[in-house]
Amino acid sequence: MSDEGTEAKENKEPKEPRWVERVAPKNVDWSSLAVIPFLAVFSALVVGAVFIIFTEGLGSVLPAYGALLRGAFGGWNSISETLLVATPLIFAGLAVALGFQAGLFNIGAEGQMTIGGLTAVIVGISFEGLPAVIHLPLALAAGFVGGALWGFIPGVLRAKTGAHEVITTIMLNFIAFRILDYILKQPFTQAEGRFDPISKDVLESARLPRILTWLPVEGVEMLRLNLGFILALAVAWIVYWILFKSTIGFEFRAVGANPDAAKYGGMAVTSAIILVMVLAGGLAGLGGSNETLGVLGRAFPGFTAQIGFDAIALALLGRSHPGGVVLSAILFGALRVGGRAMQVETDVGIDLIIIIQALIIVFVAAPELVRAIYRIKGGEEARQLTRGWST
Amino acid sequence: MKRNARYLALLGVLVLVIAACGDGADDGTTTTAEAEGTTTTAEAEAEETATTAEAEATTTTEAPPSVEAITACQVTDTGGIDDKSFNQTAWKGVTDAIDAGLATADSDFLESQSATDYQPNIQAFLDKGCDLIITVGFLLGADTETMANANPDQHFQIIDFAYEPGVADSVQGAVFGTTDAAFLAGYLAAGVTETGIVATYGGIQIPCAVTCFMDGFVYGVRYYNEVNGTDVQTLGWNPEDETGVFTGDFEDLAKGRAVTQSFVDEGADVILPVAGPVGEGSAALALELGDVWVIGVDADWFETLPQYEAQILSSVLKGLDVAVFTAIREVAEGTFEGGTRLYAIAEDGVGLGAINDDVPQPLQDEVAALLESLKEGSIVPGDQALS
Repeated sequence: MSDEGTEAKENKEPKEPRWVERVAPKNVDWSSLAVIPFLAVFSALVVGAVFIIFTEGLGSVLPAYGALLRGAFGGWNSISETLLVATPLIFAGLAVALGFQAGLFNIGAEGQMTIGGLTAVIVGISFEGLPAVIHLPLALAAGFVGGALWGFIPGVLRAKTGAHEVITTIMLNFIAFRILDYILKQPFTQAEGRFDPISKDVLESARLPRILTWLPVEGVEMLRLNLGFILALAVAWIVYWILFKSTIGFEFRAVGANPDAAKYGGMAVTSAIILVMVLAGGLAGLGGSNETLGVLGRAFPGFTAQIGFDAIALALLGRSHPGGVVLSAILFGALRVGGRAMQVETDVGIDLIIIIQALIIVFVAAPELVRAIYRIKGGEEARQLTRGWST
Repeated sequence: MKRNARYLALLGVLVLVIAACGDGADDGTTTTAEAEGTTTTAEAEAEETATTAEAEATTTTEAPPSVEAITACQVTDTGGIDDKSFNQTAWKGVTDAIDAGLATADSDFLESQSATDYQPNIQAFLDKGCDLIITVGFLLGADTETMANANPDQHFQIIDFAYEPGVADSVQGAVFGTTDAAFLAGYLAAGVTETGIVATYGGIQIPCAVTCFMDGFVYGVRYYNEVNGTDVQTLGWNPEDETGVFTGDFEDLAKGRAVTQSFVDEGADVILPVAGPVGEGSAALALELGDVWVIGVDADWFETLPQYEAQILSSVLKGLDVAVFTAIREVAEGTFEGGTRLYAIAEDGVGLGAINDDVPQPLQDEVAALLESLKEGSIVPGDQALS
């Protein structure tokens, strides 16, 4: 089935169907891939400056943005924190981006992270005495499987019944939160001596080890960056490979561009949709595991901290491309961590960071606006990320 | 359309340029002048208020003739600094101390957006060189312990957390006798209900910090039943088997509204939300419905949420500001010590706020009398018969 798909790509006739061109473009459109996101960030910072001027006065703009930059990258601790915050965003961003590539709007990354983080914790607090080389991969695998299961459900519902994934993933988020509350109050998982829903501490052998502790700098024990970041980069590369170098990835994108044409081309649309959601859920599950096995070391309600929703924004900013997702995640991490320094050193509140993030999304979501402001020519019609209710 | 866009772009560039220039010019003159201005006023204030601070300090020790203002820094939980109750009341302790000349204008807060922020936020204040770091809330317990152990010479105060002796001894943990204060609210609620059903809910089931409010509320209702021979029911919390209704966080106002709606559907007409800002959702619904009372927590809601005053019955006050102010004064005076500190009803560490004018005077008098009995210890919440 998939062979026909690749054939269609390889036996290129001068008159290719439009959707093939869209799925496998010969010329990379840099204006939409890199220039627009960059200008969107720039524009958001400019408008953010206007907010600072109105609240704190003109003189606060440069000190605030200076503190933002220093706080995010000025020193080992800053860099460690920026990448630490970026790590779960990369995983969750990939989960959303993968869905976008296949025309699916996965709003359920938050719930998939929750379930994945929880299953990882359950494995992480069990099996005392297991060596770390077995325990940690096992816990991560459990996180992947948990998230994948939470992606499988909306995938099947979408593929078999046509139930829209936007609705089902949102609903499954709520179910995931309540499952978390319930499981965390069971004697097996609940921390001893606690009455609130909080898990036992993950065993040392299942914790993601810190990776910057070898640095010959002062305060090295405070550098919290862990193996999860390396893992996230590796996974981003794998997702890139699947999407753009493998047959199955071509199918995913073909389904995203035009499911009817993909079906006509002999692709199994149903199983592609399910597989995309399973993989996306698994990626988000790894993001949740990264939190519970890494920086937090336990699970409690709300440990996902809206990361699954931020992921939607940064998948948009990253143009649903794994490389773009990694860069966007680091940008969001930098804003978060730099925002802390900005809050301490100046009177500009952390809410400005939320405003800037929102503005970035506004500008990214309206590429024509950015093109008009900066007078950039070209650009195809707005890319449709998802399909409507009826298809 | 195109032209407009162009102007917009021009405006953006202009703003940047102005911002860049403005800053350079300002740096030399205004900021230093400002800094001078603030120090001088702070000094003047410190002198002026030294006497009043002394007068206030008599409860513990005689204050030294003059104290040096300290830098107090507060790390909030995820509820945010303007949550109208928990974090905001604690921050009021800092601003009171600034007004009293005990804390410098440099005192600051950091809002945590997620649990991963707690530790770096504390670290940011360590880097800043704060004299006292106040971590607001039970949820910061583990991270405060870690950071206190790594920095044994730093003064820490944590709200709502009592460490076991031997654990994080340098940290002062402030806990509150909220059961007593909520007892008064329960009595009052049982006195005004027309349906005979009252209700309470929490944010997260945190032992004592949240559940003590709910315990006290239920005990207060039971006491009212005992004294008056009524049969007022309480929904949302059972102190005996420790089960009840919780929204799951201290952020989502919509959940507070939804829970309140379901309580009202079951006939409740007085609601005590113990969930920080989430309770505002209850207040908003009560104002729409009109015949439902809401009881505030932590701060006096007549002051922090005056827009709902028609439906506010009263507020269960938790002296977070008193605790924070006291800790700042102790650091300034050099008498600060680690360990658990209880703020009880007897010394007004907790209490009941203003009561709505629509409440009949006899009932208000009964509540006032009950407060005295609680202070004396002649009535103990929890001794009441089950109803």
